[in-house]
Amino acid sequence: MKQPFEKVVQEHGGTVLRVCRVIVGVHDAEDAWSETFLAAMRSYPDLPDDANAEAWLVTIAHRKAIDVLRARKRQPAPVGVIPEVPTELGLPGSEDGDLWQAVAALPEKQRQAVAYHYVAGLAYAEIADILGGTTDAARRAAADGVKNLRKNYSGAATEGAPS
Amino acid sequence: MNMSPNHFAGQSEADTLARLRHRLGLAAEAEGLLDVAYTTIDSPVGPLLLAATPKGLVRVAYEVEDHDRVLDTLSQRISPRVLRAPRRLDAAARELDEYFGRQRRTFDLPLDLSLSKGFRQLVQQHLPEIGYGQTRTYGQVAELVGNPRAVRAVGTACASNPLPVVVPCHRVLRADGTPGGYVGGLAAKQALLRLEAAA
Repeated sequence: MKQPFEKVVQEHGGTVLRVCRVIVGVHDAEDAWSETFLAAMRSYPDLPDDANAEAWLVTIAHRKAIDVLRARKRQPAPVGVIPEVPTELGLPGSEDGDLWQAVAALPEKQRQAVAYHYVAGLAYAEIADILGGTTDAARRAAADGVKNLRKNYSGAATEGAPS
Repeated sequence: MNMSPNHFAGQSEADTLARLRHRLGLAAEAEGLLDVAYTTIDSPVGPLLLAATPKGLVRVAYEVEDHDRVLDTLSQRISPRVLRAPRRLDAAARELDEYFGRQRRTFDLPLDLSLSKGFRQLVQQHLPEIGYGQTRTYGQVAELVGNPRAVRAVGTACASNPLPVVVPCHRVLRADGTPGGYVGGLAAKQALLRLEAAA
């Protein structure tokens, strides 16, 4: 039986928002989220009942994020014109803000692999389907991403230790 | 390193999600994707779930019916494109408020009776003819719909009324004057009858 779409939004809305924030940044994440769930709602009746809803949503979010990034490249933000606003990446100087900057600095494939594996919890085979490479390549991209984060993110803690 | 998902959660994620879900409801409505919109309201007979298709109000459900199960049924029988989107239910919520506040005696809402078929739907179409504060027996309703021997079927039609309160199955009683069953429980049926008798 297919559950009401509201349940899908309830269960996966937070994860998809975090994935969008990692892939396109906090500023554009809300547009990417909205486009993702609107497209998902349109095709939801055709989704097989036994499908993995989270992998399906992340696949849509991946495509919508690419659209958002392309649109942004076509219309570069007039950085010099707008007044300086507080960063939405987290409290300035907080470890979250540092993490955002480190994540934003990752090469695209690594950032996607990190987001889909560590934020969405997808298996590498599912990530390979989304990114269009092998499972090994997806695993490597996530591992390289984490290695880079460890190098560049000052708040990085070893497993289990409080940062 | 600790890569738990809440590293990316941010402080106001709940607020952001609430805003995004509201926006999704409006966008889905604008794009014609909102097959079933629902909300819940408080009432003197407990929380009521209200659901509407683009055609009209399709379901009113008491808490004892289990709102999650009701939504599952709507998803199966009408469409899985179900969202909590209160705006489409504004008029229904307002009229129910007025009814419970004794400011309203009849409902003026477009109804979608597609959850009922055949004889049951026929009975439910006729129930609003029983005026506010009045009651009929199951047998009288059977006569009203032109099938005087279908007393039991009338009972089934009342028990399966998808729009209780708005379609007034609470005004149908047993021939001996006892209230008979009710989808919202006996206490709810008696509360509605008292409310209408006091007006």
